[in-house]
Amino acid sequence: MRDAAMISNTPLIDLYRLMRRIRTFEEHVGELYVRGLSAGSMLHLSIGEEGAAAGVCAAMKPQDNFTTHHRGHGVFLSRGADPNRMMAEIGGREVGYCSGKGGSMHIADRALGHLGANAIVGGGIPHVVGAGLASKRLKKDSIAVAFFGDGAMQQGILYESMNLAALWDLPVLFVCVNNQYGMGTRIDHATRSVDFDLRAKALCLAADMADGRDVEEVMQKAQALADGARQGKPGFLSVSCYRFYGHGRMDKSPYRSAEEEEAGRKRDPVAWARSELARRNLATTAQLDEMDAAISREMSAAIDFTSNAAQPPLSSMFRDVFAPGEPEPEPVRTRLGRVFADA
Amino acid sequence: MVETTYRDALRQALNDAMEADETILVMGEEVGAYGGAYGVTKDLIKKFGRERLLDTPISEAGIVGAAVGAAMGGLRPVVELMYVDFLGLTMDQLGNQAAKIRYMFGGQIGVPMVLRTQGGTGRSAGAQHSQSLEAWIMHTPGLRLAMPATAADAYHLLRHSVTLPDPVVFIEHKSLYAKKGVVDFAKAEAPWGRALVRRAGQDITLVTYSRMVHTALEAATKLAERGVDVEVIDLRTLNPLDFATVGESVERTGRAAVVSEGVMTCGVAAELAARISEECFDFLEEPVARIAGEDIPISVSPALERASIPSVELIVETIEAMTS
Repeated sequence: MRDAAMISNTPLIDLYRLMRRIRTFEEHVGELYVRGLSAGSMLHLSIGEEGAAAGVCAAMKPQDNFTTHHRGHGVFLSRGADPNRMMAEIGGREVGYCSGKGGSMHIADRALGHLGANAIVGGGIPHVVGAGLASKRLKKDSIAVAFFGDGAMQQGILYESMNLAALWDLPVLFVCVNNQYGMGTRIDHATRSVDFDLRAKALCLAADMADGRDVEEVMQKAQALADGARQGKPGFLSVSCYRFYGHGRMDKSPYRSAEEEEAGRKRDPVAWARSELARRNLATTAQLDEMDAAISREMSAAIDFTSNAAQPPLSSMFRDVFAPGEPEPEPVRTRLGRVFADA
Repeated sequence: MVETTYRDALRQALNDAMEADETILVMGEEVGAYGGAYGVTKDLIKKFGRERLLDTPISEAGIVGAAVGAAMGGLRPVVELMYVDFLGLTMDQLGNQAAKIRYMFGGQIGVPMVLRTQGGTGRSAGAQHSQSLEAWIMHTPGLRLAMPATAADAYHLLRHSVTLPDPVVFIEHKSLYAKKGVVDFAKAEAPWGRALVRRAGQDITLVTYSRMVHTALEAATKLAERGVDVEVIDLRTLNPLDFATVGESVERTGRAAVVSEGVMTCGVAAELAARISEECFDFLEEPVARIAGEDIPISVSPALERASIPSVELIVETIEAMTS
């Protein structure tokens, strides 16, 4: 799966498979949440945003690094994440990517170049500047890609980061997944400046806008920017899409109309790719149905994997505050026990 | 053994560390051509070039965030934050990112970076350039914290900091840069995580760090003339904290005071006083005193500034009251 995604000009069928996997994973992880099997009181789904994740990741190479935001499941899956370990992490289980300590919003995997999801809006953006600096200095031929939402477009850290990337000619790509909403605030209630590429251009980055419904357009625009970034010309891409559902799993979106949602959900990147595959005679409906069914089975198995997985042991609680070999922080009970030992 | 200033010792530490490890780079506002606002990085750019002495725009959050990413990417960045007061601009990157990345990600990724900064009073620099914010750092799990009082500790603690696998906040004192001391540059071992008894005494334990070490020693000399024998402990690093040395001393003297420039409420002195009270309760003759900064912003007026932090006189008065 991952290899297919790494090839530039990934065939549409493979992009479809990536997007379908994201959609199905999100639907299943939503079920995990509703069944009370997930950890964390928040769960942010990227349904409707699959084109951004799959399209940009298709323009990346295996050695590239990236950070994501609080709605980053799709990006990580597109970069080759194992749905079992991913769902287990979202379920707070020991076998999860971060031993159950991170969850949905702090998932990471060094081996796949995932330098971390982030629960602070914009928090992971400057990390790609540093990762790009390291790549340049250590001559690794890798780029670093920051994924964030339109909410982060109003955070100062983005502009500090883009300015540094441009100033130092770093192999960095900034990707705004513009799903139109920062939590419940629609983008036109957050800014008068919605042509986001202009902001990046003002800081001397190469910048473009893409329609997130069309995964091929996203891939091609991302590829051009990624190629530039690899040569030391940082880029910015804003991918327009629509967040099909609420901010969190339980948010029923009372702040927007049914008409708007209906129109927004028509911009469905998965449905678009499916219809294009048929129109171009690249796949039959039967073949696609079979693919979808296999993906559903895989994601159902991930729920079973998670529900059967163990919680992390309490002994792991004091681990990893500092590096291995360093003394672990002393538990409060131990401290108090020492104080009142004679009592 | 060479006599040198605290500033020059810090510069030597950066120089020697950069010679030893190619992945170390120094980044921050004015660290290159300007040589650092307090001159610590003066002329290093001539030797190491702009590639390793990165002058940055005035973007504290971006600089620290970039250092976090660089550390995750295989470099060892040493960031200079011009004043500790600027932590407010970058506390998300330090407290939510650098400090928590190893833990949140289940130990997969460390952030081996050093944030050098300076704090404290003594330069009539006003409320936004004179604070002692070490309690913020000490209150954040995942961050190491060093606060040297002498040129020798400045050198050895900084050399050691850039070898550590976790983020270190290294707070220098702006009033110590010109202070001279003897440094043994050849000594291999750093006093990391080990407090030092700067003056041995029998009657009371004074626990302190950074510039207040010198104030405490001055007070101890005055008190000795009045027949009070004060033990002065320099913590040197606040995380890790060498409480064993403190506890051993207090059990012997039966009295303790903590001296800190930081404001009294919820400060480092408060934490240490609580800990001494808990762990040494059976040995204490008097309540543990917090001789700390006033709970007010620092004024630009030198007279008000001086009065805002512990003085030799306040320490002497307090200890006389505790020992009489």
